[in-house]
Amino acid sequence: MLNAHLSPGPLPSRMQLTADGKLKHFLTIEGLPPLLLEEILDRAEQFVTLPNKQQKKAPLLRGKTVMNLFFENSTRTRVTFEIAAQRLGADVINLDIRTSSASKGETLLDTVRNLEAMNADMFVVRHEHAGAAHFIARYCAPHISVLNAGDGRHSHPTQAMLDMFTIRQKKGSFQPLKVAIVGDVLHSRVARSQIHALTTLATGEVRVVAPKTLVPAGIEKMGVNVFHNMEEGVSDADVVIMLRLQRERMQTALLPSEREFFKLYGLTEKRMQLAKPDAIVMHPGPINRGVEIDSQVADGSQSVILEQVTNGIAVRMAVMSMIMGSQAGGAA
Amino acid sequence: MNLLIRNARVIDPASGLDGQRNILLNNGRIAALAEANASFKADEEIDANGLWAFPGGIDLSAWLREPGLDHKATLRTETRAAAASGITTLCYQPEPGANFDSAAQVKLVDDLSQRKATARVLVVGNLTQGLKGEQLSNMGSLKKAGCVAVTNGWQPFKSLQTLRRAMEYAATHDLTVFVYPVEHALAAGGYMHEGEVSARLGFPAIPSAAETVAVAQTLALASHTGARVHFCRLSAKLSVKLIRQGKDSGLDITADVAAHQLFLTEMDVSDFNPLCHVMPPLRSSRDRDALREGLKDGTIDAICSDHQPHELDAKLAPFQQTEPGISSLETLLPLTLRLVDENVLSLPEALRKITSNPARIIGSEAGKIAVGAPADIVLFNPESLWEVDLNALYSAGKNTPFAGWNFNGAVQRTLLAGNTVFESPHPSPSPSRGEG
Repeated sequence: MLNAHLSPGPLPSRMQLTADGKLKHFLTIEGLPPLLLEEILDRAEQFVTLPNKQQKKAPLLRGKTVMNLFFENSTRTRVTFEIAAQRLGADVINLDIRTSSASKGETLLDTVRNLEAMNADMFVVRHEHAGAAHFIARYCAPHISVLNAGDGRHSHPTQAMLDMFTIRQKKGSFQPLKVAIVGDVLHSRVARSQIHALTTLATGEVRVVAPKTLVPAGIEKMGVNVFHNMEEGVSDADVVIMLRLQRERMQTALLPSEREFFKLYGLTEKRMQLAKPDAIVMHPGPINRGVEIDSQVADGSQSVILEQVTNGIAVRMAVMSMIMGSQAGGAA
Repeated sequence: MNLLIRNARVIDPASGLDGQRNILLNNGRIAALAEANASFKADEEIDANGLWAFPGGIDLSAWLREPGLDHKATLRTETRAAAASGITTLCYQPEPGANFDSAAQVKLVDDLSQRKATARVLVVGNLTQGLKGEQLSNMGSLKKAGCVAVTNGWQPFKSLQTLRRAMEYAATHDLTVFVYPVEHALAAGGYMHEGEVSARLGFPAIPSAAETVAVAQTLALASHTGARVHFCRLSAKLSVKLIRQGKDSGLDITADVAAHQLFLTEMDVSDFNPLCHVMPPLRSSRDRDALREGLKDGTIDAICSDHQPHELDAKLAPFQQTEPGISSLETLLPLTLRLVDENVLSLPEALRKITSNPARIIGSEAGKIAVGAPADIVLFNPESLWEVDLNALYSAGKNTPFAGWNFNGAVQRTLLAGNTVFESPHPSPSPSRGEG
């Protein structure tokens, strides 16, 4: 009992895979093999909805119960997970934990135990603290899989994979690409997951572009080049990923003002001209027009921001079906 | 009633003694120390052939929790853990919920220890009332009640002026101030070292500067007030350098480090292991190496456990929601001796960091094997191999990241003021093994 609770757990990267290398949980991109990331992208291709074509049902998750445990609010991510699970034939239950048990003082472990008792097969978890999805994966019943939908500033692996899917759709191979990630890297779980995914897929160059206050010390160790000058950072880039800048950052002495940030780091048409002519513009949303990105760029021909959202469903279907395929008696 | 310990290899860092000796104990003190062939008559004898004898350890910081936080641990459980691991003196670290504003509170712990403890418990009193960092505590009475030092622990001061005045007042009463160097404005909201791992995991982090800024400020105040300052739990490379400079310039300062800081780094938090959630945070391998260097050259005087036993639930949550601290009493001696295996310190130097040096810092007459000193003695079997097993820990707190670590050598018997307070269930090496 004690040992089970207190001995150091397996490394997160290892915990995600079954003994034969199949995806058991999806918690972080870090440590996953490149082939597995490619398998996710390949499988997502099969689930992409063509315009004006009715979605084919792929009932790989029929009879399964997916519980969305959102300890932090979210609209897009939760809805796309819900659609993905439904298209795979699963029963989906949405739990907004903030308004229920957690606010009554129940511990995370007790919440998980109770939901387990309701025959869940998969937890989709969003939590304000880094490592929360790992924690649940470590302590939940062995037949349950955990899919991380964002934990603190740590990881948001399905968002990163839908971004990779979008990049591959537009650019083909990752090796020749220069990808610039611009803005509030410090607070961004999306940026961290994107960096792991891009480096795992052997992207030519990954850059982060921001003032020193928004770049965590030691990020170079993740295999990125750091730029503090926007013009240099986007110069010759194939992909420009803008991160959302939250307004409350102005109050914490990280930035002087929105105006100065936009002036120095905002993505404008003029700055896009420094990138490759066929460069694409991405954003995990929700966007702040006039803070990190100019409307003309966000809505312009190089923007793939809405395609990212659409692709989110296919990528989440791919990940869910792969995870269920690894479960004993799974259908895939 | 007297007791003779025969044929031990006596290692006493205070005097530099290292050789086969017989030790005669009488009335709780060491009565004689003689060559192994000298003949003494005693009521009782212990054959210590094959064993080492060294002074019982003195731990400068153990969070003993009782009274006030006894759901975590009690004086009985924790002093039992001390005795079992060769520690005979514990400095009771005050914390919110269990701290010492008055002589009566100190007396309560003394009384509880009299009845329940198997180790000496010395109290570190409050530097400010309730550790709130505003009003000076009754240091004069605390000193009289037996407090060996005063501290504010990790609690912030209302202003630097408060710290300055508290240092002056402590100096008036010849009390050493235990300073936990942290600039709260820089540390606030952080959970681990700011560096490569926090960048990767996205943890709100505590930069080394949160400590070094406070070390520099405190050095300036030590110089200004002339107070005797002991710096607690150094963790950063630059802190070691600053303390070294302070000592070189003649300040009356000392410093300690927690044993785990010498072995673990930020890398150990990579898997979100809440057992490695500790304050100050585990820092980089460069910091760890500088701490070891500081021990070697004497900049860091003492190694302590910073023992913080927790109930199970305190660590059963995502990292940020867990309480910091390691149950580390039972690994203090083993980790300190491991520094000998890793060629950081010689055996007497290593033992000095947990015996005579901390004794000097708190003004204790223990911590040495010398005629007249308290008979706090550890008999140690250097040949015993063992593994840290959570279920076998004596402490009520099972929160250690060292489970599964293997150590050479184990405590065979612990004597506190001449009384056996622990005896290993495993047999001591047979004196007639004939192995040659």
